[in-house]
Amino acid sequence: MATPLVELKDISISFGGVKAVDHVSLDLHAGEVVGLLGHNGAGKSTLIKILSGAYQKDSGEILIEGKPADIRSPRDARRFNIETIYQTLALADNLDAASNLFLGRELTNALGFVDDGRMEAETAKIMARLNPNFKKLKEPVSALSGGQRQSVAIARAVYFNAKILIMDEPTAALGVHETAMVADLIQELKKQGLGIFLISHDTREMLELCDRVSVMKNGQLIGTERVEDVTEDDILSMIIMGKKPEAA
Amino acid sequence: MSDVTNTATPKRKSFIQTLELDTRLLGMIGAFVLICLVFNLLTDGRFLTPRNIFNLTIQTVSVAIMATGMVFIIVTRHIDLACGALLATCSAAMAMTQTAWLPEILGIGLGHPLTPWIAIAVGVVIGTVIGAFQGWLVGYMAIPAFIVTLGGLLVWRNVGWYQTSGQTIGPLDPTFMKFGGINGTLGETWSWIFGAVAVLAALYGLWSSRRTKLSHGFAVKPLWAEFTMAALISGGIVGFIATLNSYQIPERRLARMFAARGEDMPEGFTASYGLPISVLLLIAIAIGMTVIAKRTRLGRYIFATGGNPDAAELSGINTRMLTVKVFALMGALCAISAVVASARLTNHSNDIGTLDELRVIAAAVIGGTALAGGIGTIHGAILGALIMQSLQSGMAMVGVDAPLQNIVVGAVLVAAVFIDIVYRKRTGAK
Repeated sequence: MATPLVELKDISISFGGVKAVDHVSLDLHAGEVVGLLGHNGAGKSTLIKILSGAYQKDSGEILIEGKPADIRSPRDARRFNIETIYQTLALADNLDAASNLFLGRELTNALGFVDDGRMEAETAKIMARLNPNFKKLKEPVSALSGGQRQSVAIARAVYFNAKILIMDEPTAALGVHETAMVADLIQELKKQGLGIFLISHDTREMLELCDRVSVMKNGQLIGTERVEDVTEDDILSMIIMGKKPEAA
Repeated sequence: MSDVTNTATPKRKSFIQTLELDTRLLGMIGAFVLICLVFNLLTDGRFLTPRNIFNLTIQTVSVAIMATGMVFIIVTRHIDLACGALLATCSAAMAMTQTAWLPEILGIGLGHPLTPWIAIAVGVVIGTVIGAFQGWLVGYMAIPAFIVTLGGLLVWRNVGWYQTSGQTIGPLDPTFMKFGGINGTLGETWSWIFGAVAVLAALYGLWSSRRTKLSHGFAVKPLWAEFTMAALISGGIVGFIATLNSYQIPERRLARMFAARGEDMPEGFTASYGLPISVLLLIAIAIGMTVIAKRTRLGRYIFATGGNPDAAELSGINTRMLTVKVFALMGALCAISAVVASARLTNHSNDIGTLDELRVIAAAVIGGTALAGGIGTIHGAILGALIMQSLQSGMAMVGVDAPLQNIVVGAVLVAAVFIDIVYRKRTGAK
């Protein structure tokens, strides 16, 4: 088998004596979607924030394409082409779509000043592809609907040629139509060879979108299964009881 | 505004919408004009004389300079209660540099060509370092800015006191005092030249912004709207210069100036003050700060951090270092304000800049800076400072009792913020 795109090896992190992530190992291949499931507080978001640089692990190792990666900040993660769509979307509400899309990576002109015209034009281009209804380029994102805000967050992750995409509850705030759009997008990005970590509460949706699912409980990894090998009930029992389904 | 555009036909826009004017800014200008007209009526036309307008502008400069820095501080969700005290420390250091330290160390005194510049450099360095230190306490040590600068308010005012042993230091260097206002103006010709350059720069700005929009295929205003804007801006600049230029230097003062040069004043000679250098300094700072806010990464990060600190952090912005930079910038501006304030008074006194922190915060807030962070403009803060100063000196001219003056200013501050909250709700929380 090819070298995995990402290997998380024996990752642990504690917050004030609570083991939020307890010796968890996971891997992700190019063109694969791996889902993370579990209750609130199971440690999914914490684990993923270690990969995106928002938290620093206490112990363990991260390998990107087989090489050890030292990720200490979101800036480091971006250097490894890891992009994250946070559950909270992490948008600056007072700025417009273009400023948010390029936040921390502004396009500048020859004099070093930010080039709003060019950023707005680029934003218009990628938005035309992701969400053709998106017209409010000049408005602060606080004036946008939930789906439009989500498009901005997705555009930000996709625009910069991500190899590894982390999506934390990408459809939590969306309607039926927009959820379908996100599902289509995930399939398209998968075809382009991105590796995607997907976090969600919706077990059925996960079984449709993912290639493999990993279940966490109380900071520990219960198990990782290929979706064709398990039923929804198996997954639910892993989430609730913290036990692997009995081999039949 | 959004419901209007959704329901009405999109083609029909109001006059103001077509000009793409900020309605909030218009409201503030309206309030300012109203204040001026009311005071003009109450003072039988004395408020809007060239002389009073001249005085009003030079009285506003010191607070307005600091208010531009306060915008960045408040936008990043901090506060600076120490700016008046920091002004005093910088002012004391600059006064001591001119009158005591330079004569002692380098043997150069007042009137030496290097004296004012060394003094200003000393002040700006001290201001920047103290500002950066406060920013470090806020950003890296995570002490709330309110506490750091409340402590700073006590510390820096009295550091200033120690430097001068509580004495008033003066007179200051003559070149230094040119930054104060009445002692340093451009005169009629140079004021007009400056006005012409400003008009040309404004026209170029309008033209290049239209060209940029067209090059990316974005919608532009109709040409008549561009010309209306150009006419409004040019008219404003020319009117301002004309007003300042029509303030004549009093005859006796002119005679003294000629006498000082050992000449006789020609019969019927007149000259006007023109644009004060301090106002020129404020304009330069306003432009510089606006460029930082709108066209640099630093400015973009300041507003992003104010809008959502977590998002800024997750986007790879070093928000701690940003706090240091913002406070350092504020410190430098306090030092520049100290130059203007002490030069205007022609000396350094212990109580210089007392309560300025509150005037500066009020100016920024009246100018539309939201204490919740993320929102604020430089021109708004300067207009806010002008409104505060007009109220204060207008009431003084009318003869309102001192306690009543402060009561009115305080009430206006609260009312202005209330009106702003109502306005933002109506227009959809911009």
